[in-house]
Amino acid sequence: MKLDLLTGLYVFMLAAFIGFEVIRRVSPLLHTPLMSLTNALDAIAVVGAIILAGEHKTNLAAILGTIAIIAATSNIVGGFIITDRMLKMFKSSGPRSSGSAGGSAK
Amino acid sequence: MNTFFTTDTLIECTYLVATALFILSLKWLSSPVTARRGLFAGEAGMVLAIGGTLLHAGIIDYKLIAIGLVVGTIIGIPLGNVAMTAVPQRTALSHAFGALCVTVVGTAEFYLRAPDIGPFMMAVLSMEVILGSLTFTGSLMAAGKLQEVLPQRPITYKGQNFVNALLFAIALVVAVILVIHPDQIRLFPIMIVIPLIFGVMLVIPIGGADMPTVISLLNSYAGLSAAAMGFVLNSKLLIIAGALDGSSGFILSVIMSKAMNRSFTNVLFGGFGQIQTTAAGAKEAPPVRSATPEEAAGILGAASKVVVVPGYGMAVAQAQHKVRELYDSLTKRGVDVTFGIHPVAGRMPGHMNVLLAEADIPYDKLLEMDQINGDLAQTDVALIIGANDVTNPAARTDPSSPIYGMPILDVDKARTVMVIKRSMAAGFAGIDNPLYYLDKTLMLFGDAKNFVSNIVRELTGGSHGG
Repeated sequence: MKLDLLTGLYVFMLAAFIGFEVIRRVSPLLHTPLMSLTNALDAIAVVGAIILAGEHKTNLAAILGTIAIIAATSNIVGGFIITDRMLKMFKSSGPRSSGSAGGSAK
Repeated sequence: MNTFFTTDTLIECTYLVATALFILSLKWLSSPVTARRGLFAGEAGMVLAIGGTLLHAGIIDYKLIAIGLVVGTIIGIPLGNVAMTAVPQRTALSHAFGALCVTVVGTAEFYLRAPDIGPFMMAVLSMEVILGSLTFTGSLMAAGKLQEVLPQRPITYKGQNFVNALLFAIALVVAVILVIHPDQIRLFPIMIVIPLIFGVMLVIPIGGADMPTVISLLNSYAGLSAAAMGFVLNSKLLIIAGALDGSSGFILSVIMSKAMNRSFTNVLFGGFGQIQTTAAGAKEAPPVRSATPEEAAGILGAASKVVVVPGYGMAVAQAQHKVRELYDSLTKRGVDVTFGIHPVAGRMPGHMNVLLAEADIPYDKLLEMDQINGDLAQTDVALIIGANDVTNPAARTDPSSPIYGMPILDVDKARTVMVIKRSMAAGFAGIDNPLYYLDKTLMLFGDAKNFVSNIVRELTGGSHGG
């Protein structure tokens, strides 16, 4: 499936706009988990590494691909675990205010 | 042929759903109430996309994939379980891993395709490896500084900006040559090695107080390099994930820079610490008032509204759990306790919020600078724990101060200010803080953790006496 330059740029531009709009709304409370989560999502680069290692076109490509899988997977696993640990810690002071607390995000 | 097409479409469909889940994941992260749902959406998208990729028809060698996934998981688990105080260096390290992945994939793609590479493809490939390799070493340097295996003080030398600009220019020139002559395969290693050196040089002059901006900026670079990889591999999923990560890092960098009243270029090329060391220490320090834990406990116990301002010093002293005890004992006495969080307090965006949440302080008590500043004039006691520059009134009043114009927490408007500090030594940026010499200010000298626990002991021990 071919992706030409212009389509790619459209996709990039639209995704960047969505990113700006969505992430602007993230409460500063959660900026650290935001960073660890986007880092884990960014490690989706593992799909490129998997194809590279799996196709085994040359030994160099296979070795580099495996290194890339290791690096990306450690980000996926580590990123999701630590984000989960952090998010579990954020507790509201009472069940009453849990509904309104979300509103504090601008 | 027909079956191949079906599998291919199926793979694309998993990517499509994964993309939607990634966007929802970030959307749900906007509030602590829905944040964990966002995390699960991200995990589901990831599993789906990896599962889809494994169906790829061209894959003949599953052994290496399995090795990569297993070893990556083994490394990832301890990285996910570091102490909360180590989160900034872990984050920097994960940017380095992300950049490493992108760089080695870009390298492999170059040697697979060269010299048959079109100009556009070579341009994005160059962007991928240049951004990737400078982010790799830059993030390793940042992690080293945060872990304190490298000196935290900015290291500057004469002609530093010239050297950096020269290195970057060389990398760009090599990239341009390769775009025009992709058969010059020998030049490719230069395009990796020079940015690797550039990444080190870029982070060397940056001090600990600027880390929140730098980590955000490296985050943005990591995302952009991943997006470039998406162009190289024709993967919309990767372009989108990279664009989301890149814009997230960019937004955070803008917030951090604004909170320090500085531009990106100023953070990267400023060599902040140097300038202030000369600015401070020139004149004799005026006397300060200090107080004991008993006196501090007495004032805090009699207050009706207390605002705690935490900083990096609280993280260093691991005082967050003692702060929680203080919060409990004051709240039990009917004192209204809230926390004022400056955007750049700590070493990464949101650092203080995570530490205080770890200590079980409810997140609705953690207020942003804009929310708390209006309340500080009606506050009885502002208790500053390990924060310095973010409370420095010189930022408002003294145009000659290096931090003039930086938005601060107006703690000097509170009726009484208490500062827990190890000594009168200047803060990280080396700037003198006039707050300490005000009549209303009491200096509480000592280790943050010990001092807070002494105050708590006084408060709980003396509670029956009133």
